[in-house]
Amino acid sequence: MTPRTWVTGLGVAAPTGLGIEAYWSATLAGRSAIGRVTHFDPSPYPCRLAGQISGFEAAEHLPGRLLPQTDRMTRIALVGADWAFADAGVVPSELPDYDVGVITASHSGGFEFGQNELRALWSKGGQYVSAYQSFAWFYAVNSGQISIRGGLRGPSSVVVSDQAGGLDAVAQARRQIRKGTGMVISGAVDASICPWGWVAQLTSGRLSTSDDPERAYLPFDDRARGHVPGEGGALMVLENAGHALERGAPRVYGEIAGHASTLDPRPGADRAPTLQNAIELALKDAESAPEDISVVFADAAAVPELDRAEAEAITKVFGPRGVPVTAPKTTTGRLYSGAAPLDLAAAFLSIRDGVIPPTAGSTLSNTYEIDLVTGTARPAELRSALVLARGQGGFNSAMVVRAVDHTRL
Amino acid sequence: MPADAFTLEHLKTILREGAGTDESVDLDADIIDTAFEDLGYESLALLETAGRIERELAISLDEEVLARARTPRELIDLVNTHLPAARAL
Repeated sequence: MTPRTWVTGLGVAAPTGLGIEAYWSATLAGRSAIGRVTHFDPSPYPCRLAGQISGFEAAEHLPGRLLPQTDRMTRIALVGADWAFADAGVVPSELPDYDVGVITASHSGGFEFGQNELRALWSKGGQYVSAYQSFAWFYAVNSGQISIRGGLRGPSSVVVSDQAGGLDAVAQARRQIRKGTGMVISGAVDASICPWGWVAQLTSGRLSTSDDPERAYLPFDDRARGHVPGEGGALMVLENAGHALERGAPRVYGEIAGHASTLDPRPGADRAPTLQNAIELALKDAESAPEDISVVFADAAAVPELDRAEAEAITKVFGPRGVPVTAPKTTTGRLYSGAAPLDLAAAFLSIRDGVIPPTAGSTLSNTYEIDLVTGTARPAELRSALVLARGQGGFNSAMVVRAVDHTRL
Repeated sequence: MPADAFTLEHLKTILREGAGTDESVDLDADIIDTAFEDLGYESLALLETAGRIERELAISLDEEVLARARTPRELIDLVNTHLPAARAL
């Protein structure tokens, strides 16, 4: 029998809260962290709002040797990994080196670090560039630093497929667990709210130019006008179910039950987009029917044609208003590769507490036939959730997670 | 920084700024003959340190020679042989 992949630890670092409970209470209350950018002066730029993490002091959490060699996203990822391991009741250094892998996703790498070093290169000269630039801005650096910090030598990699990568990395981690690795830390953190990261994101043409935090990021709303970027994400401990039972894992959030990813046809091609295929294939992989899914965490691009494509895909699979749909990322902004791991965390916490967090701010457009949870959190008995993530360039990814029956453990 | 002699104090300042310090290590203890490895500095930290020394003292250090300096004393001695005062002798 194929081994089951369970999630036994979560480490959450979101603009709305550091740590599981701070994030979750803000999310259930629909409390937004979107505001004017403070990491740099955004006034010369067409977009000025972001979901920023405040109160994160890396020196309180990480050794001094790591600070000169890490970008902000890596610091947050390292702390998120520490929290996930602690939540799982695991001390990485006490496990055999090759038993634990590290598979994260990345959207852009360590942009702020890279920006500073490139500035030094062009304003002062090559001898002023840090030796740590050699890796600090790599896509793979979060995986690498988590691996080094924990002494984790199992299968490790990075997946880069924009926002979809957050699910694709977890799927890759599940593959490695099925091949025999006992435990993999997975998920993603992105944090590139710096001028260089900002102009890179602006090129997508998908950012909201609103200056009103209440109205800037409104997916599935007639007023949708793009998204607000954010920083952060989540790390999670994935574990072979047998491994978790054997060591007496203190908690099991649920199972990574199914996944699929698809790529859309090229722009202008005479073929339909493929998000619906990704959903159907993920359900098949999970051996689930549409009626088994209790809630959908939407990608929620807030670009009208992308909202339409997502709403139609959901409606085709589940029927009109056939399943509750929500987008708590409206409180954090889109976190790029960090978004879907954070949605996975939200899905597991929804299942744990029997409640669906709201989509903050949006009023559902009457052109979409979906049951969007707006206003306040909705109590519901939840067994299984579908998380969707799309990346620029046609990436679609869908993941099914479900409750583990604790009475049978 | 005076260019006539490179001292342990200079080196400690550069290590702190460029590579940071390991919490379990006290750079102010007697470290002159302690291996860099035991102070928590791997090869990349030493590359960064050497780069900073080179630009602050306006000297050039041979990477292969540098790799043989395993303690602060060995690195300081090596740097001092490259200073203008030493070269003038």
